[in-house]
Amino acid sequence: MWRRSASFILDKEDNAAQPPPPPAKPDTLTLSLSSPPPPTATTIAATINPPSSFSSSMADTLQNPNPKISAYYQTRAAHHGVVSSDWLAQAQAVAEPHLPEGWARSGSAAEPGGGGGGGRPFSVTDEFNNWRQQPDLAEAVAAIRALAAVIRASEATTMMELEIELKKASDSLKNSDTTSISLTAGCDLFMRYVTRTSALEYEEFNSAKSRLIERAEKFGEISQKARRIIAMLSQDFIFDGCTILVHGFSRVVLEVLKTAVQNKKVFRVFCTEGRPDRSGLRLSNDLAKLDVSVKLLIDSAVAYTMDEVDMVLVGADGVVESGGIINLMGTYQIALVAHSMNKPVYVAAESYKFARLYPLDQKDMVPAERPIDFGVPIPAKVEVEKSARDYTPPQYLTLLFTDLGVLTPSVVSDELIQLYL
Amino acid sequence: MPPGRVPHGAIRPRVRQVGFVPRNAQPEPRARARPYPAEAGSPPLADSPASNSLSPVMIPPPRHLSDNLSTFRTPAVPVPEATRRHAGHSPVVGSYDPAESLLGTSSPAPSPPSSDRLIGDGEFSDESWLRRSNSAKLASSFPGGGFDKAVSTADLASNVSAKNTTEKGEGTALEVKNEAIPSSKPLKVKTTKSERRALQESQRAAKAAAKAEGNKSIAAASGRVTSVKAAKQPSQKKDVASAAPSVAASEKKGSDRAPEKDRKKDAPPPRMQFDDKSRVEKAKRRAVVNQTEARNRVELFRHLPQYEQGTQGPDLESKIFQLKPMHPAVYKVGLQFLAGDISGGNARCIAMLQAFQKAIKDYITPPEKNLNRDLTAKISSYVSFFTECRPLSISMGNAIRFIKNRIAKLPLSLSESEAKALLCSDIDRFINEKIIVADQVIVRHATTKIRDGDVLLTYGASCIVEMILLYAHEIGKQFRVVVIDSRPRLEGQSLLRRLIAKGLSCTYTHINAVSYIMHEVTGVFLGASSVFSNGTVYSRVGNASVAMVANAFRVPVIICCEAYKFHERVQLDSICFNELGDPDAILKVPGRMDVNYLDNLQNKENLQLLNLMYDATPSEYVSMIVTDYGMIPPTSVPVIVREYRREQLLM
Repeated sequence: MWRRSASFILDKEDNAAQPPPPPAKPDTLTLSLSSPPPPTATTIAATINPPSSFSSSMADTLQNPNPKISAYYQTRAAHHGVVSSDWLAQAQAVAEPHLPEGWARSGSAAEPGGGGGGGRPFSVTDEFNNWRQQPDLAEAVAAIRALAAVIRASEATTMMELEIELKKASDSLKNSDTTSISLTAGCDLFMRYVTRTSALEYEEFNSAKSRLIERAEKFGEISQKARRIIAMLSQDFIFDGCTILVHGFSRVVLEVLKTAVQNKKVFRVFCTEGRPDRSGLRLSNDLAKLDVSVKLLIDSAVAYTMDEVDMVLVGADGVVESGGIINLMGTYQIALVAHSMNKPVYVAAESYKFARLYPLDQKDMVPAERPIDFGVPIPAKVEVEKSARDYTPPQYLTLLFTDLGVLTPSVVSDELIQLYL
Repeated sequence: MPPGRVPHGAIRPRVRQVGFVPRNAQPEPRARARPYPAEAGSPPLADSPASNSLSPVMIPPPRHLSDNLSTFRTPAVPVPEATRRHAGHSPVVGSYDPAESLLGTSSPAPSPPSSDRLIGDGEFSDESWLRRSNSAKLASSFPGGGFDKAVSTADLASNVSAKNTTEKGEGTALEVKNEAIPSSKPLKVKTTKSERRALQESQRAAKAAAKAEGNKSIAAASGRVTSVKAAKQPSQKKDVASAAPSVAASEKKGSDRAPEKDRKKDAPPPRMQFDDKSRVEKAKRRAVVNQTEARNRVELFRHLPQYEQGTQGPDLESKIFQLKPMHPAVYKVGLQFLAGDISGGNARCIAMLQAFQKAIKDYITPPEKNLNRDLTAKISSYVSFFTECRPLSISMGNAIRFIKNRIAKLPLSLSESEAKALLCSDIDRFINEKIIVADQVIVRHATTKIRDGDVLLTYGASCIVEMILLYAHEIGKQFRVVVIDSRPRLEGQSLLRRLIAKGLSCTYTHINAVSYIMHEVTGVFLGASSVFSNGTVYSRVGNASVAMVANAFRVPVIICCEAYKFHERVQLDSICFNELGDPDAILKVPGRMDVNYLDNLQNKENLQLLNLMYDATPSEYVSMIVTDYGMIPPTSVPVIVREYRREQLLM
């Protein structure tokens, strides 16, 4: 899968060397954090860690893992939730003290073997949660980094031992948040990618270990690059004068649109509000900064506006084996409306979100719930549907933009079979 | 109706038979030889022998009655033919007897093509088919050359002269003249102007033909002699080429012949089409099992074998000591297939494999023979025996392919006992890995899709679905089962019995009520006999309707099927490949003496009974296929087929 990555697109782009907009260089985390300009997403994302609400919600998710409440969606909400201007300003102000911490963390992770050496015992979940707080870092990449740290911190002396340790770590990581598909997928992929080599068995242990770390880093890098690749691939589908309906906040979608702006495309974006975390507001905010004409819709106005829309572009929390996607609540109905009006539905998703899941219907998933604030007290007898995500079957999707290329939904399964069998 | 054509059912035209004349293979030369002179004088007859080889569907080649262009064409056609023919036979130079020369010359020529066509039927891709229809057209036009002459003297004269010119070049002019002249003699009409013109044109054509011949006919002639005797494919191809007009033919011939042969080798052997009378006859002569065919068959399904049930068993049993080459284990399993004692894809496949295993254990390579080849032939003979007992299922086909592959791949260095042991362990491994363990894996996967409170529907009796339901019950899932059943086999009852014995709560109903019951169902689990590359699921008849209803009710349809049953074929309907069951089974209602409306109607000519065994469920009705490789969408079947093949080769 990875060897077939369409990263050649980036290479070509690098060769072409467009000077004015240096393609937000897909690099390790430290770089993207330290370099301010790559326009908005990264900086904003880095800066909006609102101290109080954010850390408290994070703490919530970390400390009391209520199995009902999805840690994944809580984190998302914390990252991409409502953004108001004063809040932003506030966030900006507080961003400074946060940064060194991130530096320190990444620094410690970067130095070999130093992962969790100092005093307290190393824990993958802690490591993962640390990485997870980086708003621009995808869940899967965070997982991969955490696992790489496991390799570094490992005191195993044989390959087998290390592998078992890694397995344990990835299992505990997966169990820490069962609702996050990309976490599970990321762990699985990493295990596949790192351990699937026969050459390792014949090597001396230390060199094999460093080889593993190398692979882990490469994997992380590829995952980072994925977003750029997708943005490049999807440019062919965005034409001048088109109207794009987006749902919720997705970093890939933002990257796609940003690249389109850089390519001087003129288009209009309809953003849904994305209740309950209102992540659509956040996206519209970011897009407005890019001088894209944005219209904000409430979630229920999708069908009303659909005839003006030329295409629907959504991200995905997970791409499942049937070729369907699991995404923020509301994606399914948008896809249904788009399908009935013959509008194409495109999904932008990195390949590390491909998961070996096969939901048959909406209820056939691990429940991922989110508290929903209705603004008014809800009588105790009234039930509230709290699910944070839904499943969109493949027949309602047109194409998937992934770093493996532009795929039809049925190819997803082929890729997964080739990867896991 | 042309002579020799066997009267056939109501609707004859079947495109695949176009241009193939198995029936008049014998009569044709006789018919040609005898009435030839008479024919020459009677234009209307021109239609009959020539169009023998034409199918009713085909557009007959232009006869060029008055068209002068024909002169351009006709000489080119028969000439090389004639020369070639003579090259092979004792030269009858100077003989003026038309009948004799014609017998000598033309009789071998028409017959091989027709018998070739018979053999070649179905073995060709569409491409070659196109070419063949072309060849048939041309081949039919070459005996017609004579009639053309008869029809218009212009043609006639030009023919003669054209032949003269070309034959001189070839050196066998005389008897061709003989062939042409007698037919010309009876009518000599004076159409001088057109005649002259025709002459000119024909000469021009002849020149071209002669040029073409320079490179083609000499080589071909010698080849032809032998191949006529062999009466096999190549000779026909030469006919194709030689009959094709002038230069184009020679070009085509050189390039096409070799690839054609290769293609033939590559193409899978044709499936027996049981509406092809002569092939059926041939097969019957070889057959061990004496099957009587049912009489009234439904038109659309004539190509499938249908036998009267219950007559062969005793006959076969009496033959047990005559059938030398058949191993008793194979014989036993075959009889069980025949009687229907073993049914179900997996059971049949395992029984067959175990019979093979026993046969291999007892196998001793005959002196002067090679184990690899002889055993393959043995297995093939067993397979054809099984096929006679009951058409093979696709899973069995895959298993046979596996065994043959293993035999072919046996290292030559192995001793006989080692090779046999290896094969037996391979078979064991196949049964274990591909069927037994695969089933366990499927059960594990499928039970993850069963939730508490589910109502699961199944149709008929699939052993894998039964295993899933029992396992899910065992691990404490709370669910209800709806078993749908249908006449005439009522397989669901046996499943129901076993499920109830294990304490599952069940609902039993017939397929008539499926749309009523479906609204309370949350999942449909179906077994399959095979899954094709396009995701089409081939399974017991009735599954398709259940899946369709489920789809209409938006109930997920889960197909459970081991990956060894997947097949790379693409099938769109359940007509072209299917199995016919006992037609009497649907006629009679056992135990109901009051429902006897159809008694004694089996042989009524206006009653056609259809008892299909399988149907094809289109992939859009299938939500998921559970295989030993996990849960996949029906679109991913080709990937599994690909991977599986590779694995099988490595295994």
